[in-house]
Amino acid sequence: MNSPVKFYQTGTFTVGNRLLDADLRSVQSATTRTNSLNSGHRACQGCGEALGARYAIDAAMRATSSQLVAVNATGCLEVFSTPYPETSWQIAWIHSLFGNAAAVASGVAAAMRVQGRHDVRVIAQGGDGGTTDIGFGCLSGMFERNDDVLYICYDNEAYMNTGVQRSSATPPAARTATTPAVGPHPGNVAGTGKNVPLIAMAHGIPYVATASVANLRDLEDKVTRAMGIHGARYIHIHVPCPLGWGSAPADTIKVARLAVESGLFPLFEAEYGEVTAATKIRQRVPVDEYLELQKRFAHLFAPQRDDARLAAIQATADRNVARFGLVD
Amino acid sequence: MFQVRIHGRGGQGVVSGAEMLSVAAFLEGRHAQAFPSFGSERMGAPVMAFCRIDDRPIRLREPVTEPDALIVQDTTLLHQVDLFNGLKPDGCILLNSTRSFEELGLAEFARDFHHYRMFTCPASELAMKHVGRPVPNVPLLASFAATSGIIRLESVIAAIRDKFPEKVAEANVRAAEEAYAIARRQAEAQDA
Amino acid sequence: MLKQVEGSWAVAEAVALCRPQVICAYPITPQTHIVEGLGEMVKSGALGGCEFINVESEFAALSVAIGSSASGARTYTATSSQGLLFMAEAVYNAAGLGLPIVMTIGNRAIGAPINIWNDHSDSMSMRDAGWIQLFAETNQEALDLHIQAFRLAEALSCPVMVCMDGFILTHAYEQVDVPSQADVDAYLPPFAPRQVLDPAEPVTIGAMVGPEAFTEVKYLAHHKQLRALELIPQLAAEFQARFGRASGGLLRPYRTEDAELVVVALGSVNGTVQEAVDALRARGMRIGSVGIGSFRPFPLAALRAVLMGAKRVVVLEKSLAVGLGGILSDGVRKALSGIALQGHTVICGLGGRAITQKSLEGLFEAAARDGLTDPVTFLDLNEAVVARELERERQGGRGPTAESILRQLGTVASRIG
Repeated sequence: MNSPVKFYQTGTFTVGNRLLDADLRSVQSATTRTNSLNSGHRACQGCGEALGARYAIDAAMRATSSQLVAVNATGCLEVFSTPYPETSWQIAWIHSLFGNAAAVASGVAAAMRVQGRHDVRVIAQGGDGGTTDIGFGCLSGMFERNDDVLYICYDNEAYMNTGVQRSSATPPAARTATTPAVGPHPGNVAGTGKNVPLIAMAHGIPYVATASVANLRDLEDKVTRAMGIHGARYIHIHVPCPLGWGSAPADTIKVARLAVESGLFPLFEAEYGEVTAATKIRQRVPVDEYLELQKRFAHLFAPQRDDARLAAIQATADRNVARFGLVD
Repeated sequence: MFQVRIHGRGGQGVVSGAEMLSVAAFLEGRHAQAFPSFGSERMGAPVMAFCRIDDRPIRLREPVTEPDALIVQDTTLLHQVDLFNGLKPDGCILLNSTRSFEELGLAEFARDFHHYRMFTCPASELAMKHVGRPVPNVPLLASFAATSGIIRLESVIAAIRDKFPEKVAEANVRAAEEAYAIARRQAEAQDA
Repeated sequence: MLKQVEGSWAVAEAVALCRPQVICAYPITPQTHIVEGLGEMVKSGALGGCEFINVESEFAALSVAIGSSASGARTYTATSSQGLLFMAEAVYNAAGLGLPIVMTIGNRAIGAPINIWNDHSDSMSMRDAGWIQLFAETNQEALDLHIQAFRLAEALSCPVMVCMDGFILTHAYEQVDVPSQADVDAYLPPFAPRQVLDPAEPVTIGAMVGPEAFTEVKYLAHHKQLRALELIPQLAAEFQARFGRASGGLLRPYRTEDAELVVVALGSVNGTVQEAVDALRARGMRIGSVGIGSFRPFPLAALRAVLMGAKRVVVLEKSLAVGLGGILSDGVRKALSGIALQGHTVICGLGGRAITQKSLEGLFEAAARDGLTDPVTFLDLNEAVVARELERERQGGRGPTAESILRQLGTVASRIG
């Protein structure tokens, strides 16, 4: 029987690689990168958000020739990057409130425009709490007005900064401080949750994408592409949180990759409400492999396997694979 | 100080009538204050607006409770709302109607309170005729100018032109002129 | 140039003359006409160099203003009542960040019960947020205060609220003198921000500050408002010199020189108070009044100087500290610290109830003859309605209080059908 042999490269395109033509190198590999989020911040060991933010903002800085202002919502990123009297940010940066990053960014964009500074671009960023819950109204307003803002959501699937409480981005069955693993249905209830990338698409905005710290080049490319577009844009980045997820700090990228390869976190792009590209999964894995690495799902495996709930999670992954055509 | 209270229903231009009256007074170099009494804003609900006119700056900030003149834009309010409350003894009442006081059920009132000067004006009909919309405020203002002696027709006309775009303004001016003529005849007949 | 216009329009013209660069708007009665006026000016091109943004909530409105002001643009918004509460977090944030935003408050009562009419509960709810709060007595003053407000805000890097009574001022047509662009430009220079988001010189704005420095930050905010006590009269004097009329300032006394009884009040009711003062003076009473122009910072020393010769002070409040009594009275009492004076708190005008000259004359005469015996007097309270409602509750009557009262007053039908 003839089956197609799949070839894929790994080492040559690892993200820091400088043994490549200049135009194939990542932003992070450049010695001239901004280091927008510089060392000295207080993030946890293995923090996916710190990783994602550094890559995203450096890519944006390069794409805009450093003409960038960042607006940050309250949350882990804001807190660990600006412990008074220090700041890790090497760029123009403002933190206002928890729920208003999108609106503040709209204001910054308007001010730059009216002052004739058309080259200065704006990014709003926040965690899932500040984006999908408390910041949702302002986010939708920014989308609806098609304000010239790129909103980046770093999704670690709970309110991590305040002690791991459930958000509308928390997946079914996940244990958090407010969805404890006790009782007949331990962890987060199924049938809840909000898919903000799809909601962003429903606003018909010029660009929506999902990204993951498992594929940092893809993340950089998407941010770069977004900064080449004007109008409202949204990028949703999956960022594991070792503390909140109960995963090993050294496993952050591995866990993120398993989320992608199981189909639970599809990587795709959309323009004006239509999906334009999706990243195929090279080697599909069952959701168990992803879930097993995280203590927040431990109750699905011990004292006995919760087959029903695992099947439900698997079904979600299967639906994503079908919907976005993730497997050939 | 001269105080006017205008009664009507939402959508009849009660508030803009008071505003135009204040502009007319302003154009005569006087001080004027016009403001509404709001209920929930919906068409058809009873609405009041007030206008004070004086030669000194007006400091008072309360509804007009003792008007010198009443303008009633909708006579269906007559037996529903206490329209005449507080009207000064020598006050003036102007009603938007083609009917007589008797027909309006005001015969007794007119007899018992004959010290009021009462006039009617077919304002809605005049508005329909000249402007094509039954908004009676402008003809009533012109009528008020004719009967109260407080404001000149020219000032009312200038206020109309200030508020409306040209074509609509001129239509309103024609309505105002006819209302003024009718009111002058009524006033003269009463004085006789 | 003299014009006969609605108060809201006068404010819109004033704001437009201040060369705003970003205006964000969310509708709420009774400020809506202001932002509608400005929106029209921007859309038609009459007001150039300005972005007008329709936002999805008041919280968004002030947040957009925060981003805009931090980026160096002169920024304006307006709200009232529920809207001010909805943006409360941003109100504190703007003051804490030291952003010179100017915001009009069309004063309106706060629910429940929902009420669209005038009182001062909205501004009062934010009195300690760190904003400067100025109150206008007339539409002319409302117009003038906005021009002074931008100058004041930018001089101190502190946001300013200009408070004007909803409906009573916002929806009243009266005569105003609209200044020329040249005069306003001479009074109000372009915005030169003390801090600004600029990629060329990146700064971090909005860091977390812990116990080691928070007190100092707050002390400096307090100190800033104390500096405003000097700057407000200075800017008012400069305004008078350029525009030819007295407007703004910390407070405005009226016939207080030899007054035994002085009335203190905020906002438009001062006009009616002055009429009552004149009428009572004509009848031989030694009475005067003082309108407070700046509520925050509160003019303790200036007020003390005005009141110290009097025997009695009556504070009229369009606001209520539920469970305590007056809010303005607290400031007045502080101003009179150590001075023995008969003080009376009178709650009036709540939810838009008319304050009549007649009621005020009766009130002041009662005060003068020691007739105000309660610590807090509610002017024109319908005692019968209150008594019936209390009795109803005592009898175990159920159902919402407000609706029960409305039924008593015949405003609502007892039963349908």
